[in-house]
Amino acid sequence: MGGTPIFFDEMRGDGESARQPYAEYCAWLESVKTSELQKKSREAETFFRRTGITFNVYGDKDADERLIPFDLVPRIIDGKEWRLLVRGIEQRVKAINAFLHDIYHRQEILRAGRIPEHLIAQNEAFLPEMIGVTPPGGVYTHIVGVDLVRTGANEFYVLEDNARTPSGVSYMLENRETMLKMFPELFSRIKVQPISNYPTLLRRSLGKCAPTRCEGRPTVAVLTPGLHNSAYFEHAFLADQMGAELVEGHDLRVVDGRVAMRTTQGYQPVDVLYRRIDDEYIDPLNFNRSSMLGVPGIMDVYRSGGITLANAPGTGIADDKAIYSYMPDIIEFYTGQTAILKNVPTYRCSEADSLKYVLENLHELVVKEVHGSGGYGMLVGPAASKRELAAFRAKLIAKPSNYIAQPTLALSTVPILTRSGLAPRHVDLRPYVLVSPDNIDITPGGLTRVAMKAGSLVVNSSQGGGTKDTWVLEE
Amino acid sequence: MLGKTAGGLFWLSRYLERSENTARLVEAGFRMALTRAAAGEDEWASVLTTVGCLKAYRDKHETVAPNTAVDYLLRDKTNPMSVYSVMQLARDNARATRTALTREVWEAVNDGWMVLKEMLRRPVPQTDLPHVLATVRQQSALVRGALQGTMLRNDIFSFSRIGALIERADNTARILDVKYYVLLPTGAPVGSSLDNVQWEMILRSASADRSFHWLNAGNVNPKAIAEFLILDSRMPRSLAFCYDEVITCLRELEIEYGDRRPSHDLAAKLEARLTGRTIENIIELGLHEFIREFIKANAALASQVEQDYRFYE
Repeated sequence: MGGTPIFFDEMRGDGESARQPYAEYCAWLESVKTSELQKKSREAETFFRRTGITFNVYGDKDADERLIPFDLVPRIIDGKEWRLLVRGIEQRVKAINAFLHDIYHRQEILRAGRIPEHLIAQNEAFLPEMIGVTPPGGVYTHIVGVDLVRTGANEFYVLEDNARTPSGVSYMLENRETMLKMFPELFSRIKVQPISNYPTLLRRSLGKCAPTRCEGRPTVAVLTPGLHNSAYFEHAFLADQMGAELVEGHDLRVVDGRVAMRTTQGYQPVDVLYRRIDDEYIDPLNFNRSSMLGVPGIMDVYRSGGITLANAPGTGIADDKAIYSYMPDIIEFYTGQTAILKNVPTYRCSEADSLKYVLENLHELVVKEVHGSGGYGMLVGPAASKRELAAFRAKLIAKPSNYIAQPTLALSTVPILTRSGLAPRHVDLRPYVLVSPDNIDITPGGLTRVAMKAGSLVVNSSQGGGTKDTWVLEE
Repeated sequence: MLGKTAGGLFWLSRYLERSENTARLVEAGFRMALTRAAAGEDEWASVLTTVGCLKAYRDKHETVAPNTAVDYLLRDKTNPMSVYSVMQLARDNARATRTALTREVWEAVNDGWMVLKEMLRRPVPQTDLPHVLATVRQQSALVRGALQGTMLRNDIFSFSRIGALIERADNTARILDVKYYVLLPTGAPVGSSLDNVQWEMILRSASADRSFHWLNAGNVNPKAIAEFLILDSRMPRSLAFCYDEVITCLRELEIEYGDRRPSHDLAAKLEARLTGRTIENIIELGLHEFIREFIKANAALASQVEQDYRFYE
């Protein structure tokens, strides 16, 4: 890295005094001792343990359940800033749904030559089983988590669109609960937009997408891979908050052309299934035969309109990292407008010129697997050792189409509480979007993920990242 | 409600009840050891038998010494009946049925697990034993309180009640099964100090000592103890009380679901054995046989409930 990079700090901006959104918070902060904050921080940890807000780590038997580090300094966003983000996210989510409908029907965008055909046809995330299928209400992505990063006072980028099964919303909700419990005085002093109705909105939004032939109040269930899944807490939490059943594959069966769950009173049909299982595992008859997690025959019921799956199978084609680089075109193609939120410039390593550039500048770039997630299999050039760079170079040369590369962004920072007081750490933001046939709801704020290590740019919880409560101020 | 969830609730309650019962048995054994110099081996063997793990214990240890027995009953992870294992199972079931529990109930279970896990991390020295045993019972009481105070009275509540009651009835019956001979008129000479200690042990194992003495004004005799633990429906750990309640819970399920299942008839049959009888009548027909049959029928009811309400496939 040449010189000391300048990062935008959301609390202090580029200077010493607090930025406007943080003014009131910083005034409060001055009246509180650091030792007092540290005490609160320990209290928060106890609170999270008691509530059982843990996540499981694969292959880590002793520490079966871990806490995601929680930092009690909130990430604060101005109401006006937020409105801009909302417009940008809405535009993006509309485009994604239009794109998905198109790609599984007439494929106008391919005919128009805006996206190369091979990118779809040879993509594992493209499900031929979905061709010609229109999900109830025309909604493909019922729940979206758009990952944003900030690089300056007015600069936001979309890092990725999580259109399959975005996780983390339970942390968003529990972080707020914890803050309300620990700092009630702050919330009476600062007007923060509430987020607690997310589960109600989710339930309503899913209900609106029920199959057309469903009469009365739709039965909603959450499908989890089970107790040992890393996000089990979240699955149980959402089912609980929505008043829906939490089911596993073996609780479900196809009965008389419907998907039904085994209850104490026999099998009862399910109308909407919020599934937290990947496409590949959802139906052993249609996809991965060895899957024990799914429901045999569920895809056939789905195609005949007997059940709503949220999100729809095959939505992964829209958040594929290779497709990502075409998002500005996609938005323009379906909405007729230019994208409000910027894309990060992306080098597709499948293209010879790009690959050459990437290999020459590896130490400055972030390289990601096209189908990867959770921060696994990713290279952060500036932070990597010579050996890591060499190893990644070999991987890139062996299978270039598996990778994309992006410049290392100067992610904004927000202070966290450390043993020696406040210190800036890099953050990103994942707002949660609910899509129903007639409405798009975006919960004010979302989940702020924070790299707990000084200088680190990796915020993923699986890589030791933490979270913060996110405040959007009332205007 | 999901069959799996009903099963999870049923077992959650059984395990919680079991942890409490084991703690109570250890407490009674411990007390016996304090009051009688010669108590050692026999008493701990009978505690292990009551919990149902004497054979497994002997596979692992050569002698029945107080320290090893207590350790095996409280914290041995290889013993599926130890308080540690049972609490872990309870908490696993609570996690699996999280959506059916109120926040208060979940936190009480989770808290209990965290507290006991920490307490049972190292062998419990004798001086700490009373405190640890009291904590086990306290945690179980906290969960029960949260259930009573915050849960809707619907099928969820019924299944967890049924689980707890079947487990409790089983426990009381096992205490009697192991010690029935001390209660028989033909046992050791009545009134000997040996008997007195044994009777106390039985009453303490069922948390029945104070209430028994209060009702009987210090007049302790084996027949009255047997009557109290089997037939007295005022006594919350008696077989009669448990079955009164099981029948009530099943009736509530019947009303809620609008149908009767085979388990309802089984329970009614079992309850009939406990009502309209005198203790003389039971002793005459054979106390031990009676208890043996009860244990079997109680287990049969549990598996019928599992089937009727589709706990598993």
